[in-house]
Amino acid sequence: MAALTPISRKPLSMVLPSVALAGAFAGVFVGAGNGSVLLGLLGGAVLIAGLAWVYITQLKNEKLARWINILGFGIVGFLTSGLMGCILGLLGGWFFIFFIYWLYEGRYRRKLLPYMTAQQVFYHFLFRVICGAIFVFLITPILVVLPLSFNAQDFFTFTPEMLRLDPEGYSLKHYRDFFTNNEWQRSFKNSLIIAPIATVISVSLGTLAAIGLSQSHVPGRRAIMGILISPMIVPLIISATGMFFFYSDIGRFLEGTLGLNKNFVGYVKVVLAHAVLGIPFVIITVTATLVGFDRSLTRAAANMGAGPVRTFFSIQMPLILPGVISGGLFAFITSFDEVVVVLFVGSASQKTLPWQMFTGLREQISPTILAVATILVVLSIALLTTVELLRRRSERLRGLSPA
Amino acid sequence: MKPTKILLTAAAIATAAGGVSAEEMTIVSWGGAYSKSQLKAYHEPYSEKSGVTILNDDSSNEAVAKLRAMNEAGNITWDVVDVVAADAIRLCDEGLAMEIDPDTMLAPAPDGTSAADDFGELLVSDCFIPQIVYSTAFGYRTDLVGDTPPTDICAVFDLEAYPGKRSLEKRPINNMEWALLCDGVAKDDVYDVLATPEGQEQALKKLDTIKDSVVWWSAGADTPQLLADGEVIMGSTYNGRLFSVIEEQKQPVAMLWDAQVFDLDGWIIPAGLSDERKQRALDYIMFATDTQRLADQAKYISYGPARASSAPLVGQHAELGIDMAPHMPTDPENAKNTFLYNYEFWADYRDDIDAKFQAWLAQ
Repeated sequence: MAALTPISRKPLSMVLPSVALAGAFAGVFVGAGNGSVLLGLLGGAVLIAGLAWVYITQLKNEKLARWINILGFGIVGFLTSGLMGCILGLLGGWFFIFFIYWLYEGRYRRKLLPYMTAQQVFYHFLFRVICGAIFVFLITPILVVLPLSFNAQDFFTFTPEMLRLDPEGYSLKHYRDFFTNNEWQRSFKNSLIIAPIATVISVSLGTLAAIGLSQSHVPGRRAIMGILISPMIVPLIISATGMFFFYSDIGRFLEGTLGLNKNFVGYVKVVLAHAVLGIPFVIITVTATLVGFDRSLTRAAANMGAGPVRTFFSIQMPLILPGVISGGLFAFITSFDEVVVVLFVGSASQKTLPWQMFTGLREQISPTILAVATILVVLSIALLTTVELLRRRSERLRGLSPA
Repeated sequence: MKPTKILLTAAAIATAAGGVSAEEMTIVSWGGAYSKSQLKAYHEPYSEKSGVTILNDDSSNEAVAKLRAMNEAGNITWDVVDVVAADAIRLCDEGLAMEIDPDTMLAPAPDGTSAADDFGELLVSDCFIPQIVYSTAFGYRTDLVGDTPPTDICAVFDLEAYPGKRSLEKRPINNMEWALLCDGVAKDDVYDVLATPEGQEQALKKLDTIKDSVVWWSAGADTPQLLADGEVIMGSTYNGRLFSVIEEQKQPVAMLWDAQVFDLDGWIIPAGLSDERKQRALDYIMFATDTQRLADQAKYISYGPARASSAPLVGQHAELGIDMAPHMPTDPENAKNTFLYNYEFWADYRDDIDAKFQAWLAQ
C-alpha cells in the first residue's frame, strides 16, 4: 500500500519514553532469567532510551546506527550466552533500532489516514499489540513442545546443550521410539480405527437429526435438540461413568448372547461412545448451515418427480456439505483427542493414542509424548489446510466466490 | 467416496479388527521402566513359550477403584494385576482378588524348597504373590548440596545445611515416620508415637518447618524430572526410578539410602474370571514368579526379587553391564537403616491420618 500520509519527525519527549517502555518490557524477561526482575526492568528502560538518545542526537546516521545496534546486541548476546544468545541478540537489536526510528521518523503514521488523531493512532496500534499478545498466548504452549521433542535426554528439560544449539543436545530418538515401540504403534492404530468409524456414525446420524429437527412440523423440537446435544454440556466424567455401566451391559449381551469376539465388542463399545460425543458437533454445524438453505429447492425437486432420498443426495447434501464436513472434522477431533470415556469404556486392547499419552505422562515423563504431540500438531494443520483448500476449490468451481 | 462405500470399508476394518486371535490376556502394571522390565523378563519369554498374546494396561494406579467398578458391572477385563501389597490386602478383604495356594499354584525353588518357604514372610496376604522388594528413598543433586553430601535422613529437614526445595510424596505414609525420626523419636517407638493424636501433631509440626520448601509429588516420575531440572535439590521416590536417573540418564544425582522404606509389589488375579481365563492367568503366574524369572527382572531394574532363592542369581544390568547388587535396596551396604512399610498400622490409621494430613496441607 502506498503512503497515505506525509510523515514528519517526532519530538524526543515522545520517542524516549515510548522506547524506554519497550526496553523495560524486554528487560523484565532478561531480568527474570538472571534473577532480578526489577533490575532488568530499570536496566532495559535506561539502556534502550539511552541508545535512542545517542543515535538520534549524536550519531544522526540511521544506516550506521542500525548496523551498530544489531551487531552490538548480537555480540553482547554471544558473549553472555553463546549461539542462542547471539540469535536472540540480533533479533532484539534489529527490533529496537527499527522501533526507535519508526517512532522518531513518524513512519508509523505513513499508512494511516491523515486526519486520525493521536489517540486514534494509539488505539490502532494498541489493538494490534493486544491481538498479537493473544496470539502469542495461544500458540506458545504448542511451540514450546516442538523443540523439546528433539531433546537428547529423557526429561522435559531444555538442557544446556540445547540452549547452546549444540547438535549433541538434539536427537530424533523419541520419534524413533514412537515409530518402533509396539505400545505406541498399537495405540496409534487404534486411534486410526476408532476415530474415522465414530466420525462416519456421528456424521450420518447428526446430519439426519439436524435435517429432521429443522422441519417446522416436528413436535418438541427444542426438547429433542436439548437432549441430543447434552453430551456436549454434561461434564465428561459423568457421561463416562454412565457409559461405563451402560456399555458393560451391552457388551455382555453381545459377547454372551450373540457370541461375538471380545475384542470386536470392545471396539464397538468405544466407537459408539465416541459417536455419541461427536453427534452434537455435527447437529450444531449442520443446523447452522440449514438456516441458509432455501426450502423451495426441495419442493422444486419434488415437483419434478424426485423422491426424498434422491432430493437429499443430489440437492440438499451438496449445498450443506461445508457444514457436514466441518461437523465431521469436529467429531473426528473429539474422538481422536478423547481420553476420559475411553479410559472407562475401553479395555487395554482398545488403548488409543490419548490414553497412551495420559498414562505415559503420569508414569514416566517421557519426551516420546512430545514427539507424538508434535506429529499430531503437524497432522492437524495438514488436515485443516486440506479441508480448507478443498472447500475453496469447490466454491470456485461452483462460482460462489470470486476468489 | 460414496456413503455406501464408506460404510462397507468401515465394516471391513471393524471385522478385521474383530478377527484377532482369542489367546490373549491383559496384564495390568505401572508403566514406564517397570513395565518394560516385566515385558523383557516375563511377558516376552512367556508369549514365546505359550503363544499367548499379552496386552499391557498401565492402570495399576487406579487398580482398586477400577476392579470395584468392573466387579459391580460384572465385566472384568483384566487377567493379572500388579499392585502394591497394601492394595492387595484391601482387594483380598473385599473379595475382589482370588486366593492363592502357594503350594499348588506357585513353582517351588530349584532346590526343592516350597514356594511358601521361599517367599517366607513376604506373603503378606492370601491373594498376593510377591514379585519385588522396592524402597522409597531419597536422591539428591550432587552439584547442588554443597561440599558435604547428606548422609542421613534428617538432612531433608535441615534447611540451614541444605537450603533449597525438596520433593516429598503427597501422602502421610513415610513422611510422618521420617519427621518423627528426625524429631528425636527412637526408631522402635515411631509407630507407638504415631498412633497417638499428639504424635501425629508432632510429626506435622516437624513437617511444618520445611513446608514452604516442599514440592509435593504424586506420580513416581515427578521426582526424577524435578531432580533433572534442578528444581529440587533432593527428593523421595522409588529407588528404581532413581537408579534410572543416575545410571541410565547419567544425571548428577546420588542416593541417600538412610531410612529407606521397604515395600512389596506383586500380582493378584481378579476374582470371578471364567475358568479358561483363570487357568491362563495361573499358568502365567506359575511361570513369571519362578526363581529364574524373578532374578531376570533385576537385570532391567534395580528392585530386589521377592524369593530368597533368586537373590544369588542377580547379575548384571542387561544393557549397561554394571553389577546390579550394589544398586539393590536390600544390599547390606544400603540397608543399614531401613523401615518396612507397616501394613497393619496404616490399615488401621490411614483414613484418620490422611484427613489430618490433607487438612494440614491446605492450611
